Amino acid sequence: MAEAFVYDHIRTPRGKGKAAGSLHEVKPVDLVVGLLDEIKVRNPTLDPERVDDVVLGVVSPIGEQGGDIAKTAALKAGYPETVAGVQLNRFCASGLEAVNQAASRVRGGFEDLILAGGVESMSRVAMGSDGGAWASDPATALTTGFVPQGIGADLIATIEGWSRHDVDAYAAESNHRAAKAWANGYFSNAIVPVKDLNGLTVLDTDELIRPDTTPEGLAGLKPSFAQIGRDAGFDDVALEKYHWVEKIDHVHHAGNSSGIVDGAALVAIGSEEVGSQLGLTPRARIIATAVSGADPTIMLTGPAPAARKALAKAGLEVEDIDLFEINEAFAAVAMRFMRDLGISHEITNVNGGAIAMGHPLGATGAMILGTLVDELQRRDLRRGLATLCVGGGMGIATIVEIV
Amino acid sequence: MSTSTEQQTAVHYERDADGIVTLTLDDPTASANTMNELYQESMAAAVQKLYDEVDDVTGVVIASAKKTFFAGGNLKNMMQATKDDAAPVFAMGEAVKAGLRRLELYPRPVVAAINGAALGGGYEICLACNHRIAVDDRSVKIGLPESTLGLLPGGGGVTRVVRLLGLQQGLMDVLLPGTQFSPDAAKEKGLVDELVATREELVPAAKAWIKANPDEAQNPWDKPGYKMPGGTPKTPALAGFLPAFPALLRKQTKGAVYLAPRAILSAAVEGASVDFDTASRIESRYLTNLIVNQGSKNMIQAFFFDLQAINAGKLRPQGIEPYKATKVGVLGAGMMGAGIAYSCARAGMQVVLKDVSAEGAAKGKAYSEGLNAKAISRGKLTEEKSQELLMRITPTADPADLAGCDLVIEAVFEDPSLKKQVFAEIAPYVNPDALLCSNTSTLPITELATGVDRPADFIGLHFFSPVDKMPLVEIIRGKETSDVALARAYDVVQQIRKTPIVVNDSRGFYTSRVIGTMVNEGLAMVAEGQQPWSIERAATQAGYPVGPLQLTDELNMVLMGKIAKATKDAAERDGGTYDPHPGSLVVEKMIELGRPSRLEGAGFYEYADGKRGSMWSGLAEQFPIADAIPFQDMKDRMLFAEAIETAKCFEEGVIESAAAANIGSIMGIGFPAMTGGAAQFMQGYQNAAGQVGLGAFVARADELADAYGERFRPTSYLRELAASGGSFPA
Repeated sequence: MAEAFVYDHIRTPRGKGKAAGSLHEVKPVDLVVGLLDEIKVRNPTLDPERVDDVVLGVVSPIGEQGGDIAKTAALKAGYPETVAGVQLNRFCASGLEAVNQAASRVRGGFEDLILAGGVESMSRVAMGSDGGAWASDPATALTTGFVPQGIGADLIATIEGWSRHDVDAYAAESNHRAAKAWANGYFSNAIVPVKDLNGLTVLDTDELIRPDTTPEGLAGLKPSFAQIGRDAGFDDVALEKYHWVEKIDHVHHAGNSSGIVDGAALVAIGSEEVGSQLGLTPRARIIATAVSGADPTIMLTGPAPAARKALAKAGLEVEDIDLFEINEAFAAVAMRFMRDLGISHEITNVNGGAIAMGHPLGATGAMILGTLVDELQRRDLRRGLATLCVGGGMGIATIVEIV
Repeated sequence: MSTSTEQQTAVHYERDADGIVTLTLDDPTASANTMNELYQESMAAAVQKLYDEVDDVTGVVIASAKKTFFAGGNLKNMMQATKDDAAPVFAMGEAVKAGLRRLELYPRPVVAAINGAALGGGYEICLACNHRIAVDDRSVKIGLPESTLGLLPGGGGVTRVVRLLGLQQGLMDVLLPGTQFSPDAAKEKGLVDELVATREELVPAAKAWIKANPDEAQNPWDKPGYKMPGGTPKTPALAGFLPAFPALLRKQTKGAVYLAPRAILSAAVEGASVDFDTASRIESRYLTNLIVNQGSKNMIQAFFFDLQAINAGKLRPQGIEPYKATKVGVLGAGMMGAGIAYSCARAGMQVVLKDVSAEGAAKGKAYSEGLNAKAISRGKLTEEKSQELLMRITPTADPADLAGCDLVIEAVFEDPSLKKQVFAEIAPYVNPDALLCSNTSTLPITELATGVDRPADFIGLHFFSPVDKMPLVEIIRGKETSDVALARAYDVVQQIRKTPIVVNDSRGFYTSRVIGTMVNEGLAMVAEGQQPWSIERAATQAGYPVGPLQLTDELNMVLMGKIAKATKDAAERDGGTYDPHPGSLVVEKMIELGRPSRLEGAGFYEYADGKRGSMWSGLAEQFPIADAIPFQDMKDRMLFAEAIETAKCFEEGVIESAAAANIGSIMGIGFPAMTGGAAQFMQGYQNAAGQVGLGAFVARADELADAYGERFRPTSYLRELAASGGSFPA
């Protein structure tokens, strides 16, 4: 079987996902165009004619993020007409899903070189603005027990007995790690500053990190989901299923949940053959991918079953993995994943995560995969596993091995 | 007349000199207008004639010649429909609606003249009109109560109310609760446009509106540029709030799956996204689904047929003069006595409220004062009416004040000797033929009757607490109680606007005996180490208003212990054996731990200042958590415990009517309304494979007996009833 190699990966810095955020002025299509340009610049021997497809994850693919933004961006970036583009949506896993689909297609031998990643300008296209039957169609919601994810995150913490201080301590550590990683330049290989039409820099660093975060400082923040849990009935819906739990302890808030940000990422995935033909050096191989699912109401416990599925496919054990990246959708999600797999925080999200740097929905999966590859190489380690919790109870996982 | 031939019609057609046609609904075959075949044909013919004569017609008034405007759909037919009938049920609904739509689109103004109750299908006719005028009279009720019968307003009610009031208001105020509005409340909601004081003004007012508005022939939703109030599901503001709708519905029903409100919500939201005719078709599909399902049949049985039969005197001995009490002596001014005094005074009786002390009696009257003050502050009662009511209540400590009473209701402590004593005290003063009633929830009436010299006039009236809110009264017939006394008691209960059921004398009668099994089953699960919150939620998700542990705290375990002991003593006295329920061990333990009740501030729950707090944290230590049993089993154990006990009550002759069992269990002891009551739960039981009936019930009961104890085992009486295809007496 052919290999699916990671030849390069880049991402934009993440801007605060609001009007005052630096990337609010930048259209989502231009976030992608900047990266498509940079891929060519960084890899002068990468002949764009050889790119089969651009696969982009977008979670709210409407308005200026709609209409197959992948093909649109490829055209705007001046890629040849033969380069196709497709947009996909697996909620928060979209960026990693793009990578996994690209890897599968390359490994299957149908295609040779695919640029996979994602984009989300959350300041411009609001999360949830695409609607969907799961949340908005009563007949569907009644059958499936829909609740917003934050309720599920709070329920995980309640069931695990994690206090507000526990999740806040995790969040503070995420910020410390991200700040340290930035200070030491661990992200510099991957970051592509966002520039304007004159070449002036709009943003060159992750905007959201608060290096001096402490659990004590976070203690004052108001829980985000207490009110809708109570007033909109979502706590009751969750507790219909989790009937042994007296009440949900709402511990998550803006400071210990993933930040709302704007950003994009791309990963170049190709066969061994295309790499040698184009003179590209592979950095890692994708050895297994998996999606799985868990209870949709608690929603966020899917990473462990997905990770186990990928490990089984690869014939590996948890101990064979040197570093883990779990998307920090909420502190309790990362904590639960570590508990489920029996792994230490020492080898998990070693450079912080989305609580510190933000979670540009469609792009995050590709970003954390890139972070994983960089950090494995920096530490001279071999294997890593990236995973995200996903709406609908799904989980996704990808295992990479340094070449 | 409608046609030139002498054909029978339910819709009379009459055009006046101004060209205004009055369509008078008047079914010659019944006392009320219903949506029967004759109506459908007559209405279709009348509408056809309207179109034929359109050039000569300036407007249309829809009026009724009956006491009520129009009574609605034919529920008897719906009870028969099965899943195989979906196609004809759907087709018939669509046909009725097509006729109404044709009337709605008639190019002249159409006005509904609402002279009496316009509920369900009746109000749906009004909704298809361009203007609605109602008589401002107490007998007029307006609304769409379908959800309370497990149905949805499928004659265009969902589609039009959503377009009239918007999704949020339409759902929350009208469609989901199924509220029956008084005319002024209906006007305030926008369900009617105009009120007139008398029936005589109705048609003239309708004609006047037509003359003043000759071009108002289109409903708002048929006019170009129509915008749904509050927006559609596609409007961002509403879209953002939409995910809360189903969640709030689940919260409101505490997780119990009531199919009708879920269907109403779905049909309303889905219909709001599309054009009128498509919405109307979606509505028909959801209605069809409810009609062919067992759930609506259960609710129609209880809330329509059973309730109607009981209100019509089904359980009352026939041929006995109607009775009206004028002056009641209420003995004991505690919680129950005070509530009974209020209910009687509210119904217009003179009330002598007697307690051992004048202070105690005055305190009892103060309860009515408190209720009135609250009603006044909410604008539901005038100061004048309040004074009238209070003037009717005379608190006293003197038995001589009961002179002239034609009714006595005793409500002192549950102590046979005390009860006998208070009856002896007042006997010389009340009328010699006064009806003698004892309010007791458990004490055998025949035994209490030995304390009076007129046992034929002695009867049990089991009121529920709080009396002013609880709609049921369980009438207990003692061995010596006469038919006349029973008939009078029945009339008295109806006189105070409550619903009677009649049962025969036996320990715990019907309701107390049955609710005890549900509570005990909940406690048995505690003993087995089931999660306490799972037990509570199994109950509420099964449709009970509260869980067994909360209920136990309210009931007070000390009292429960006493009742268990009395049952044990009686069983042993009668030479029988007493098998303690596994739940009673939990009661003993909790009493031992000093956690007997809410009253004592400590039970399964913790209480602070009388408010219920968390589940007591020490519970798991006393009853260590074991492996969970299937959640469905938890629900079924409570439902089946009560149902099996109900079957035993039939077997023993304690209860003789399925209607009484259904209404008594729902209104008295919180048996889930969606089941249609404890008898209907058995007869309409549907197993996972879709089989319906007593046979399926018996099979599931056997499963529970195998898994959880012989108390679930159906007796041979029930088995034979199921095997013979029989049913409980109606």
